[in-house]
Amino acid sequence: MSFEWPWQYSFPPFFTLQPNVDTRQKQLAAWCSLALSYCRHHRLYTLDVMEAQESPVFNNKKIERKLSMEAIQVVFEELRKKGNLEWLDKNKSRCLVMWRRPEEWGKLIYQWVSKNGMNNSVFTLYELSNGDDTQGEDFHGLEEWMLLRSLQALQTDGKAEIISMDDGKGVKFF
Amino acid sequence: MDRFSWSNGLLEINETLVIQQRGVRLYDGDDKAKMDVGAVLLSTHRLIWRDVKNQVYAKIVIHLHPAAANKEPGPYQNSKYSYIKLSFKEHGQIEFYRRLTEEMTRRRWEEKPVSQTSPVGPQAGRTRAVGIVGIERKIEERRKETDKNISEAFEDLSKLMEKAKEMVEVSRSIANKIKDKQGDISEDETIRFKSYLLSMGIANPVTRETHGSGTHYHLQLAKQLGDMLQAPLEERGGMMSLTEVYCLVNRARGMELLSPEDLVNACKMFESLKLPLRLRVFDSGVMVVQLQSHSEEEMIASALDSVTDKGSLTAEEFAKLLGLSVLLSKERLLLAEKMGHLCRDDSVEGLRFYPNLF
Repeated sequence: MSFEWPWQYSFPPFFTLQPNVDTRQKQLAAWCSLALSYCRHHRLYTLDVMEAQESPVFNNKKIERKLSMEAIQVVFEELRKKGNLEWLDKNKSRCLVMWRRPEEWGKLIYQWVSKNGMNNSVFTLYELSNGDDTQGEDFHGLEEWMLLRSLQALQTDGKAEIISMDDGKGVKFF
Repeated sequence: MDRFSWSNGLLEINETLVIQQRGVRLYDGDDKAKMDVGAVLLSTHRLIWRDVKNQVYAKIVIHLHPAAANKEPGPYQNSKYSYIKLSFKEHGQIEFYRRLTEEMTRRRWEEKPVSQTSPVGPQAGRTRAVGIVGIERKIEERRKETDKNISEAFEDLSKLMEKAKEMVEVSRSIANKIKDKQGDISEDETIRFKSYLLSMGIANPVTRETHGSGTHYHLQLAKQLGDMLQAPLEERGGMMSLTEVYCLVNRARGMELLSPEDLVNACKMFESLKLPLRLRVFDSGVMVVQLQSHSEEEMIASALDSVTDKGSLTAEEFAKLLGLSVLLSKERLLLAEKMGHLCRDDSVEGLRFYPNLF
């Protein structure tokens, strides 16, 4: 399924950071939503800022408009504030994109576990993210760092416990 | 000391009238003279005060020296003052004073008329130059000649100003006729003539001289601007930048130009004088004069309509559409953006405004 661009994507002013405060808020909200849905669609979990400027998300070749570096930084900062983004380095050149937050992933995984009556079972991380059983689930293919965070969220909730195993980590669901 | 003499009002040979001014009261020193308000005439030889009602004439000597012993009798036997005063009830004092000092310098009364034979004093240019006295006399003659030339030169300027006054009167009467539609002039010609009037000059420009400097001056100036700018503002949709106003006003005045400070200070007084004009400063610092009746909401609504109609507009395109200056049209677009009706697209192609669809 090809990605569907929102109407703002073809609207030239979308690519100019608006000086009017109210207008800007709406603009940024639209940008955050677009960035996240794009990453979700393409299963992108990390972004490199330099590459991002050339990526179709921030660069619409058809109308010859692209978001300036300054504006991209503003959008990323907005995402960070909402909890959807985390910088990997101090220079802010790479970041983790959480188009679904760890808590949300955790909930999905737990639902699957409960649905299949697998409470009190133990899984390795690999099994969860790449096992045959989880094929077709949203969290299939989830990168390890993300999976870990999701499980940590469940752990905080008391719904799971992360355990160390011989060749890595595993989890027990309650 | 008495300085007044009665006179029959007839001018002597070689005596000419320089200027006359009505509405002048005569004072002997500080006392009101026995005369009422009348007219004062300055001639090349003397100062004559004339009572308009009774047609009685009095010859006056203004200077502070005692009058000559053989002076003809006048209204006073003697007076304790050594000076007199003229009170100008109908203005004209500036011009009169100038002419008086001119005549004082020229001293035309000293020139002896050709036919009159006078035993007193040397006859200019008749005696032969002898010795030092002769040289001195020659120097004196040359000085008088130079003086005369200068005065003559100024005379032309005075005559020019006289003519200018007449011209202003003529243009004012025609302007009034147009207003009353008494002439047989077509719409087209009326408009053209109005523009000529504006470029030629307005009657009685308010100057610092007549109204002094400071607030009073600015007040008067503000009133005059209020009258003057009404029509041009309406033609331009109710708003003009201050620089446009400056150019228009000074072009009309011709002489006695306004300084930018004076213009700004006068414009600041519009509100307190309850004139239908306002000075307004935009965020960017641009200053405009606008009609009070000018509605901001209407302007913004129409701006939004234009932009929506054309999809998007730059400031230049908008200016062309409305017939406004680019500066003002940009201000209007920026204002609409500030209100949230428009949003901007800033790219290498330039700055464009779109309706705010966010």
